Amino acid sequence: MIPELGHFGLALAVAFAAAQMILPLWGAQTRDIRLMAAAPALALGQLIALVAAYASLVWSSVIDDFSVLNVAENSHSLKPMLYKISGTWGNHEGSILLWCLILAICGGAVGLFGRNLPSSLRARVIGVLGGTSVGFELFALLTSNPFLRLWPVPEDGRDMNPLLQDPGLAIHPPILYAGYVGFAIPFAFAVAALLEGRIDASWGRWVRPWTLASWSLLTLGIMLGSFWSYYILGWGGYWFWDPVENASLLPWLTGTALLHSAIVVEKREALKTWTVLLAIGTFSLSLSGTFLVRSGILNSVHSFANDPTRGIFILGLLALVIGGSLLLFAIRAPVLSASGLFSPVSREGALVLNNILLCSIAAVVLTGTIYPLFADLLFGAKISVGPPYFNSAVLPLVAPLFLAMSVGPVLSWKRAALGPALLKLWWAALVAAAVGIVAELGFHAGMAALAFAAAAWLVLGSFAEIVQRIRLFRVPLANSVSRLAGLPLSVWGGAVAHAGMGLTIAGIAGMSLAQSTIVAIAPGQTVSLAGYEWTLVDLHDEKGPNFNARVADIRVTRDGEEVGMFHPARHSFTTQTMTVTETAIQSSPIADLYAVLGEEHDGTAVLRLHYNFLAPWIWLGALVMAFGGFLSLIDRRLRVGAPARRAVMVPAE
Amino acid sequence: MTALNRRLVLLLPLGIAGVAGVGLYSMLDRMRSGKFDPRGVPSALVGKKVPNFNLPGQGDGPGFGSADLTLLGRPVLVNFFASWCVPCVAETGVLMALKQAGQPVFGVAYKDKPEATGAFLRRHGNPYVRVGRDAPGRVAIDFGLYGVPETYLIDTGGIVRWRWAGALTTEIVQQELMPMLKQLA
Amino acid sequence: MIPRWTLLLLFATPWFAMALPATPAFAVSNPAEMLPDPAQEARAEAIGRQLRCMVCQNESVEESEADLARDFRRIIRDHVRAGETDQQIMDWMVARYGDFIRLRPPFSALTFLLWGAPALAAGIGAGAVILGRRRRPEPPEPLSDAERQRLAKLSGS
Repeated sequence: MIPELGHFGLALAVAFAAAQMILPLWGAQTRDIRLMAAAPALALGQLIALVAAYASLVWSSVIDDFSVLNVAENSHSLKPMLYKISGTWGNHEGSILLWCLILAICGGAVGLFGRNLPSSLRARVIGVLGGTSVGFELFALLTSNPFLRLWPVPEDGRDMNPLLQDPGLAIHPPILYAGYVGFAIPFAFAVAALLEGRIDASWGRWVRPWTLASWSLLTLGIMLGSFWSYYILGWGGYWFWDPVENASLLPWLTGTALLHSAIVVEKREALKTWTVLLAIGTFSLSLSGTFLVRSGILNSVHSFANDPTRGIFILGLLALVIGGSLLLFAIRAPVLSASGLFSPVSREGALVLNNILLCSIAAVVLTGTIYPLFADLLFGAKISVGPPYFNSAVLPLVAPLFLAMSVGPVLSWKRAALGPALLKLWWAALVAAAVGIVAELGFHAGMAALAFAAAAWLVLGSFAEIVQRIRLFRVPLANSVSRLAGLPLSVWGGAVAHAGMGLTIAGIAGMSLAQSTIVAIAPGQTVSLAGYEWTLVDLHDEKGPNFNARVADIRVTRDGEEVGMFHPARHSFTTQTMTVTETAIQSSPIADLYAVLGEEHDGTAVLRLHYNFLAPWIWLGALVMAFGGFLSLIDRRLRVGAPARRAVMVPAE
Repeated sequence: MTALNRRLVLLLPLGIAGVAGVGLYSMLDRMRSGKFDPRGVPSALVGKKVPNFNLPGQGDGPGFGSADLTLLGRPVLVNFFASWCVPCVAETGVLMALKQAGQPVFGVAYKDKPEATGAFLRRHGNPYVRVGRDAPGRVAIDFGLYGVPETYLIDTGGIVRWRWAGALTTEIVQQELMPMLKQLA
Repeated sequence: MIPRWTLLLLFATPWFAMALPATPAFAVSNPAEMLPDPAQEARAEAIGRQLRCMVCQNESVEESEADLARDFRRIIRDHVRAGETDQQIMDWMVARYGDFIRLRPPFSALTFLLWGAPALAAGIGAGAVILGRRRRPEPPEPLSDAERQRLAKLSGS
């Protein structure tokens, strides 16, 4: 009964979404106030229907209803409750339903929080979101229905892939999808603006909070995914340039460009065409990423079970959404009048450079990801493009980007002098150079020394704008402090986000200096690594809810003081006959101590031990970036929207 | 930039997306008909001479080496299999049919224990003229193997002509192997 | 530890088994595999990182826990110990598995667009921007007679 309700909810959502698409768009076109006003209500209706649908899927999984095919294929009665709930999005059908849910939440959010928007714009935005929803919900209903039933009902389910039975599953996909799918809102704003035929400064202001929210969530989502691979895969890697990882990075890159571009639209009414194209492009990349992963075209560790037929459906959906919006762009973009002129050396100019570099990086990543496919299709040649390519190809673009990231914020709008601007950063440059030199001489870091220098440059340079705004050392200190208190949050947000990027770079550089060793030792023996003593104390068996575990107890000491007890383990799952390693990690501000248990022979156990220098900074940096986005988001100016015109009494003269 | 140029530039994103879309569609279409396999890897040995090797025999058998492949005066097949490989069971019927038809097949037991291989051959039948054991798997690597089962077609001159990764089926034999054999005859 | 892909492939393409015996895969590399000389070991690792694990198809030979990857790692170390150069070892691998095994694609006419992508992308982007800035606003059309008269009337002449 409950699955039927869920099924019905999904179908109902399609109906609502269709109405949400047709009525408000028609209303905006004909200036019918009632139809336009219906938009938020319809969006809310769709949201409620989808929440009901998703809830019924979760419920079916929680009560072990194996008559639901999806539950039978992916769940098991012994699976821990957390994974029964979060496992609903650990498979293709459930994750598509999650996509739809988040898309519906986007529509509902615009309806609820978009009251400051002019009604025609809001109606169009919600209408476009409705249109996208229709496509995805039909895809779910027709090709990836999670509510299909199974008869006869099996005794128990097939259990979920053990690699997914991890807390990371509970948080990584929803947050990642929220970011990924959230870019539908800026997309809808762009399409709405093209339909309206107008983009002005207020559009730039209205689109920014939605872009910030999606960007922050996507940053977090990518970071969680990277962290998850780090601790689950057991060899200390965190980014593989895997096609699915690239699929999430691409919208992040263009989304960052979009974020910055929208600022220029708001401040100077320039770069309108760029911004609209970026908004369309970012969501298009999200959609394409989804397509590539689920169609079976891409070789990836993350791929869902492939099915070319589904792929064709999504491709059709993509053709409509992406093709339609790009066609609209080609036709209507000339209508968008550009006004703000600016000299090449100016903050706008720096942001244009930022756009070019970020989009070039995205183009390179995209090329590398799909090149093998097209080489195979067109020439029958099988080549593979792996991390060595991406690392080499992206570096020449990323280096100027980092340099510019600290210079851009201190340039003035419209026209700036580069020399004085660079001079303002003399202290950041000095410290960066010093850091680089120390890294090279002290640690023989090589390339990493440059990266450390870049990180210092970013972290210090990100506060250069603040230093400039409060006129530090140029006015009395008390004056500076009061200016500091009055700084808008978005300035802090930008500085914090840039600094976060610097932290991540430092973390990546540190990881390149990580030390590791592989040893086979018996209980009682000790190994030295990076100044720590690792002693294998004991090996024993434990039992989990649906697995048997072999656990090693390792005591780590430094200069005789105990640093911690590590318990790396190997979990053998009974139903899916798979063995998963559980890494033991201890993080400190400086490094991660990382231990993995391997096979055992003749009383000795193979242990892989790592000293991952600065590893936590990688994810800490991403957290800081997202926090910066959040700071900008809560800036009151963005929420207030365009100032209301009040009648002012003018004395008669 | 003239208005027309600008119009063309604005159409560029759509154009690129369109080309990509067409490409992806043809990929999907060919995946369904089996002509495009993003996961499959072609053999690097096709067109080259068979690598030199010499394998010990299974049980009391004599084993075989690369020289033996050209002694029969007709194209031969080399089939890598293992007792622990599930799809290998699926193709035993096809291999036996090839044996009935008089097509010589040399078998290589990949990373297998002699007892297990013996039991496998007794249970499913022995379609091979000779069986060699490649316990360390080095000969397989010389062949560019990356999974079992794999089957190679070697012509009378010792050149590798064709390779199939995966279990042989009657369709594959009809559609791909037979035409190749006819060509070489 | 068996990576996720094996499970997917085992279910999705049942006709092709991976090179894995039925026992659980060995977890981390065996320290007995490592070369005694750290410089040689580092070289072997660097070479291994350039080679794609043919079974997992998205990990390098160094990271993968597949059986075949362990064989590759052993072969690489044997060759390093025998004194072969990096290029010789790569050629040995490519001769057997083709260019696909290289994670860093070769420079060739085929990969020209690939390796040129960074320069091309940045160049096209910069070009588009520069051309866009050259766009001069079009001069307004000359006034028609009626408009000229209206202008004269409005300006009071």
